[in-house]
Amino acid sequence: MSTINYSEKIPNNVNLGEDRTLQRALEGWQPNFINWWDDVGPEGSTNHEVYLRTAVSVDPQGWAQFGHVKMRDYRWGIFLNPGDANREIHFGDHKGEKAWQDVPGEHRANLRRIIVTQGDTEPASVEQQRHLGLTAPSMYDLRNLFQINVEEGRHLWAMVYLLHKHFGRDGREEAEALLQRTSGDENNPRILGAFNERTPDWLAFFMFTYFTDRDGKFQLSALAESAFDPLARTTKFMLTEEAHHMFVGESGVSRVLARTAQVMNELKTDDAQKVRAAGAIDLGTIQRYLNFHYSVTIDLFGADQSSNAAIFYSSGLKGRYEEGKRTDDHVLKGQTYKVLEVKDGQLVEKDVPMLNALNEVLRDDFIKDSVAGVGRWNKVLEKAGIPTRLVVPHKAFNRQIGALAGIKMSPEGRVVNEVEWAARKNEWLPSAEDFAFVASLMGRVVEPGKFAGWISPPVMGINRQPVDFEYVRFG
Amino acid sequence: MDMAVEAGVIKQHLIDPEICIRCNTCEATCPVNAITHDDNNYVVRADICNGCMACISPCPTGSIDNWRTMPVVRAYSIEEQFTWESLPAELSPEELEAAGVAADTGDEAGAAPTPVPTQAQAAAEPVEPVFNSAQYGATVPPWSAAHAYTNLFPPKSPTTATVVGNFNCTEAGFDSETHHIVLDFGVVPFPVLEGQSIGIIPPGVDAIGKRHHARQYSVASPRNGERPGYNNVSLTVKRVTEDHQGDPVRGVCSNYVCDLKVGDTVQVVGPFGASFLMPNHPKSHIVMICTGTGSAPMRAMTEWRRRLRKSGKFEGGKLMLFFGARTQQELPYFGPLQSLPKDFIDINLAFSRTPGQPKRYVQDLMRERAADLAALLKDGASHFYVCGLKSMEEGVVLALRDVAKEAGLDWDTVGAALKREGRLHLETY
Ligand SMILES: Cc1cc2nc3c(=O)[nH]c(=O)nc-3n(C[C@H](O)[C@H](O)[C@H](O)COP(=O)(O)OP(=O)(O)OC[C@H]3O[C@@H](n4cnc5c(N)ncnc54)[C@H](O)[C@@H]3O)c2cc1C
Ligand code: SF4
Ligand code: SF4
Repeated sequence: MSTINYSEKIPNNVNLGEDRTLQRALEGWQPNFINWWDDVGPEGSTNHEVYLRTAVSVDPQGWAQFGHVKMRDYRWGIFLNPGDANREIHFGDHKGEKAWQDVPGEHRANLRRIIVTQGDTEPASVEQQRHLGLTAPSMYDLRNLFQINVEEGRHLWAMVYLLHKHFGRDGREEAEALLQRTSGDENNPRILGAFNERTPDWLAFFMFTYFTDRDGKFQLSALAESAFDPLARTTKFMLTEEAHHMFVGESGVSRVLARTAQVMNELKTDDAQKVRAAGAIDLGTIQRYLNFHYSVTIDLFGADQSSNAAIFYSSGLKGRYEEGKRTDDHVLKGQTYKVLEVKDGQLVEKDVPMLNALNEVLRDDFIKDSVAGVGRWNKVLEKAGIPTRLVVPHKAFNRQIGALAGIKMSPEGRVVNEVEWAARKNEWLPSAEDFAFVASLMGRVVEPGKFAGWISPPVMGINRQPVDFEYVRFG
Repeated sequence: MDMAVEAGVIKQHLIDPEICIRCNTCEATCPVNAITHDDNNYVVRADICNGCMACISPCPTGSIDNWRTMPVVRAYSIEEQFTWESLPAELSPEELEAAGVAADTGDEAGAAPTPVPTQAQAAAEPVEPVFNSAQYGATVPPWSAAHAYTNLFPPKSPTTATVVGNFNCTEAGFDSETHHIVLDFGVVPFPVLEGQSIGIIPPGVDAIGKRHHARQYSVASPRNGERPGYNNVSLTVKRVTEDHQGDPVRGVCSNYVCDLKVGDTVQVVGPFGASFLMPNHPKSHIVMICTGTGSAPMRAMTEWRRRLRKSGKFEGGKLMLFFGARTQQELPYFGPLQSLPKDFIDINLAFSRTPGQPKRYVQDLMRERAADLAALLKDGASHFYVCGLKSMEEGVVLALRDVAKEAGLDWDTVGAALKREGRLHLETY
């Protein structure tokens, strides 16, 4: 086992070089991480030099350094946003007390669980995306995929750092287990359902990065409010990277829409079969992918009523999205929130204690943000003169978690019976045939400046480079 | 606005709402809180943004890098920007003229504004891509630079410093007054390196009742303090008494700072900057190009080299300075500069308003010294620093390009190497 030069190899602002215990812990973990990367990281990419953004410090100049590097040599740094020595806990029962620099004993188990759950999603998405490099629609997209992969890897490091630094032997064991579970593995799957789904093609990847990485944004924002200061500062920095992932999804779908609209206008048709025959993805298929990814992702926020959520909030472990900008009492006792349930075949709203509904609050924040972005997608169609609009399905559509789990419902929010569901399922969710069609378009295009026929080029390149820049050098 | 380049005109910083994904990265990054948002858009406040570019590379989409030449009086308000679905078109030269913006108005200090080609010219000439000086500026420090600490005191938790010195370092009685301020941090750790800047929060609130935002000032003292061994830094602050259009105005922070008395305390944030740093290895050459208060970081670097030389720790890396001002009297540190030995630093001064003399700008001097600059451009140990008014940047980088070309060097290669190796640094405001 080689020793690591911490300042060079693992850029960090946590004084890694001076913490012997932590160094030893990470020295044990690091080779396993590299093995994991080699085994289930991006397929066939070992010799590529990719134009990656690497963070070497947390200030604006340092955190976005661009250059061609081999992904295995990417410097998975450990960064915490600059701290504020006087930071106070600003919600829950400990409001007004000093933020914790160490884990209080009574919250140890819950904090560990939160960190492990967050950490588990990071390598999972790398695993889910590992084969996509072989079917990239352009060199530009390939680079973006790899950028996301290395940053998910870095986010794993961020969580592992917290586990090693603050949770002793349990933490080391949990960190080890993060590399042992595998997405979709029958015996040892990833913790959350959505992270065991396949990402079969690039349309799914764009939907995933739009919706599921946006879940990441909301979860990280909630953790960035935490009373446990190291967690708050780590997740704050992760948020800046998560933004690029959402960008890949948002612009990716936009570009697919732009290309579809162009084909529809050229052929003067809205017939899905004709659009498909011309090598573009019809709007119906895009809508079905959207329905699927949206519904799977809102499940990630957990049950609509949860006593854990109440405990996490009241004890200061996890706040709400933009907690600091809200004007209520930040304690939330005695307040209520509306959640949905089905009564006598009808959807009804009922009031439940706010503290127990915090998952639902976060889900609703996410929904608002997602819907705004779908509105931006619709602008693409509007501008091209296409009358169709994408819509977000009802919150209760296709849910597997919480009070709405298993209820059969149309995307508009009408409760339907099994017969209708079975008959119309393929109108609402991608069918085997849809997947097969999209898969048939997934050829590999990697010449600089060239793009697959089902997607438009981006409006601008990465880091102000031209679109036909050599984003990946194949070794 | 600090980024104004010509009288009556600003380069207004705007976000493209069609590309922006509302990720909040820019708002979280901007050191002076110039960015805000509503449910619809992310927008930049023209009166606060100082063009520091800190938000540019962290933005994942590129939507933040939009600049529009606007008559100050017509700068887009944030309320207007909130309603946008797409960016408005650039104003045409006719519209600009109709708004009273004359074609050639800028003549600040020692820097000539780069001529903007008119549409007619642009149409007649073969289209060459627009020269964008900023693309050559490095975002990495020189390899041998010392490690910089940044953001130890973010805007939300400033620290306090005590004024231990304040004097006018330009000749008294001239309309442009520049002060040399020394701040002491007592026992509070505030490590800085030459080339970094700090922020000062002026007391009080602005017109809409919000606390004033911090203004940035480059550190003018070397790493071991204005007074060696003490925990203090110095600044070079120009009193702003007229805006970029020449209309009288009382700059909020610069006047506050210039009027401070010894013993007063100030709220300080920072330090900022991790790339505009000097090389440490003893054979490195430093070319410094500045106007006005852009001399602050150059003074810091020069002084550090002088102290090293005195202690015998230096092996002859060259120092070359190009310094522009309107007149000799307005040039900060004119006296002390004159007393530096010729074999230590090669000084070139350009004055644009000396009565009876032709106007000379820093880039004119650079062209005169083309032979020496070309030799330095060929040497991988050379580092170039540009600091001062925004309007100088383009002209200076163009001059470097021309020097390279005339010497038979391929600018694309040289320019790219300077950027990649952290050897060309631009800091203009
Ligand atoms: C990285 C960086 C380093 C800087 N270093 C220095 C430094 O070392 N020394 C220094 O003096 N300044 C420096 N500045 C500029 C400084 O931060 C302030 O912008 C300047 O002092 C004006 O602030 P103010 O509060 O006095 O004026 P404000 O109240 O902000 O502005 C008043 C009016 O004056 C105009 N104005 C602002 N600056 C000027 C100017 N220079 N000339 C003419 N009109 C102006 C504004 O557009 C506005 O209309 C630096 C800026 C940056 C971004
Ligand atoms: S250029 Fe600097 S001041 Fe302007 S918005 Fe960006 S970060 Fe803020
Ligand atoms: S960082 Fe860029 S994409 Fe994100 S909100 Fe700001 S301008 Fe928009």
